[in-house]
Amino acid sequence: KELTVRDALNSAIDEEMARDPTVFLMGEEVGEYQGAYKISKGLFQKYGAERVIDTPITEMGFAGLAVGAAFAGLRPICEFMTWNFSMQAIDHVVNSAGKTYYMSGGKINVPIVFRGPNGAAAGVAAQHSQCFAAWYSSVPGLKVLSPYDVEDARGLLKAAIRDPNPVVFLENELMYGQAFTVPDSVMDKDFVLPIGKAKIMREGQHATIVTFSRMVGVALQAAEELAKEGISAEVINLRSIRPLDRDTIIKSVKKTNHLVTVEEGWPQSGVGAEIAALMMESEAFDYLDAPVERVAGVDIPMPYAKSLEALALPQQHDIVRAVKKTLARKL
Amino acid sequence: SADEVKFELTPFKAYRCEAPAAVATSNKKEMLDFWYQMTVMRRMEIVADNLYKQKLIRGFCHLYDGQEAVAAGIEAAITKKDYMITAYREHCTQLGRGDTVESILAELLGRKSGCSRGKGGSMHMYYKEANFFGGNGIVGAQIPLGTGLAFASKYLKQGCVSITMFGDGASNQGQLWEAANMAYLWKLPVIYVLENNQYGMGTSTKRASSNPEFYTRMDVVPGLQIDGHDVLAVREGVKFAADHCRSGKGPIYLEMKTYRYHGHSMSDPGITYRSRDEVNNVRTTKDCIEKTKNRLLQHSWATEAELKEKQREIFKLVDEACARAQATPELPAEQVWEDIYQGTPPPFIRNVIVDDSKVSA
Repeated sequence: KELTVRDALNSAIDEEMARDPTVFLMGEEVGEYQGAYKISKGLFQKYGAERVIDTPITEMGFAGLAVGAAFAGLRPICEFMTWNFSMQAIDHVVNSAGKTYYMSGGKINVPIVFRGPNGAAAGVAAQHSQCFAAWYSSVPGLKVLSPYDVEDARGLLKAAIRDPNPVVFLENELMYGQAFTVPDSVMDKDFVLPIGKAKIMREGQHATIVTFSRMVGVALQAAEELAKEGISAEVINLRSIRPLDRDTIIKSVKKTNHLVTVEEGWPQSGVGAEIAALMMESEAFDYLDAPVERVAGVDIPMPYAKSLEALALPQQHDIVRAVKKTLARKL
Repeated sequence: SADEVKFELTPFKAYRCEAPAAVATSNKKEMLDFWYQMTVMRRMEIVADNLYKQKLIRGFCHLYDGQEAVAAGIEAAITKKDYMITAYREHCTQLGRGDTVESILAELLGRKSGCSRGKGGSMHMYYKEANFFGGNGIVGAQIPLGTGLAFASKYLKQGCVSITMFGDGASNQGQLWEAANMAYLWKLPVIYVLENNQYGMGTSTKRASSNPEFYTRMDVVPGLQIDGHDVLAVREGVKFAADHCRSGKGPIYLEMKTYRYHGHSMSDPGITYRSRDEVNNVRTTKDCIEKTKNRLLQHSWATEAELKEKQREIFKLVDEACARAQATPELPAEQVWEDIYQGTPPPFIRNVIVDDSKVSA
């Protein structure tokens, strides 16, 4: 079956709401307006205003309210129209949701999903183009997932909603309209993916490319291009930024002996930086034939103009170049 | 019962609602119970003060003495099914919800028998058995959380109210406005309880609040100002508020006029921004335990000697609880890794030095 990432997310929410009456959706324009990006299309009609709740524009207020509802045993899906606005509410994501289970000595768990589009979209400039993967994944107590395709979107979102812990779910607006063909198994109403497991999207022998979200697609195209030149790249889709699937990355590097990380976010303290540290801190170090290459968003606020925006984000040719560079270098 | 007596209360001040009558009926048993509860609370806080000075309690420690009538009065007006959440000055709220002195002191001491196993400390106590959700160290953050508890009550049709408490300092946080706006829109059964102890840390309400008549500040949300030194006034005010909420009218905002005898926290001597005279004046003219005691004496429900004897018993019980708390150890090292996620321990927890990291099987 072929469907878009948008429909995959929509069907995942729909099925989980049908399955569990304590699941509800809350956020700006999720109800009557059908979602700013139409992820919640049709849910208001199906489940009514009691379970699909339009909030005022008040991120700190409704994020905190959703966490409080989760304290009491409900399973809120708290939509941020974009993750950029979560900064208004970050205290509730980190302090109220992420730390309460530990602070209470294991008494109070917080089954909540915060979700929405993350990272750069197109032409929306600096305040609306930021990747939060590194930020939220640095917090123990949160789980941080970032889907790429339809399989990820369905399997990870359903897993997130069923998880008894707070999950930060980082989608990508540019992926919403992309269609993928999936087997029937992915459409099963109980299709869930394990949290904390990466997926090898393409097997390869010469270099490992580790990435997540929209960059998985760009990396796959880069791998295709490299293949034409006889370079076999393995592409790992992280799916889960926290917990990080260390084993899959390490195992791949032991095989290919070369690593390239790719992300849209900023380089400093980024996901690539964390994976580079993982190489230093694990047995993978002994298997590296060259230094790790990081492909990341440029270290500047996002510019608006089309040509400038393109310069600020990793492109297919950047990944190709990084892979060739790591293969050319020797320790 | 036969010994029901009417007590005159300080008149309530009302905003956008009709004030309840300034009278309460009570009896010997109730008044003795109030006196007992509040005396235990105060003694527990004094013992905590001593433990802190002995450096056995670490970090922040915000004591509640002076405000006991608020915690005790609220409990008399609602049930343990009702939700409650507050800020970091919550030792006595935890006790009022039903936890023990031992469990609370053990938490302050960081022991494994503490209510949060020594992982939360002074500001992070919870009593889920009686729907108490902390204990929040971020000023004002508990306000939307408490509003969410009210949301859950309405969603699940539980008929419970959410007592959402905060101080005069937190009442200037934008998230109070954000939460109250939604609570009123959606008619959530939340009772916002502002404990106005006159100071947000060292800043008096006059210096922090453009309108210090707090009970009038919530726009369309009705408000009540209550004498927070009188446990009966607190009880009557909260009963009124709970009826308001349970009838589906949405939130209500209660301002409890109260006072803390200690400084903001143990690092604050509490007399740089207010005078000793001011503190002593409240102690001698308004103290909630004295007020209750006087009522007991006035109606011959107790004698001075009986109360002295009971007080000795309370001191002994609290001291014994403290001794038991001190006798328990802190959690063993391996349990520092626990309680990060429910049901799914992290596959890898990096330690200070990577070699010591914890790897799950």
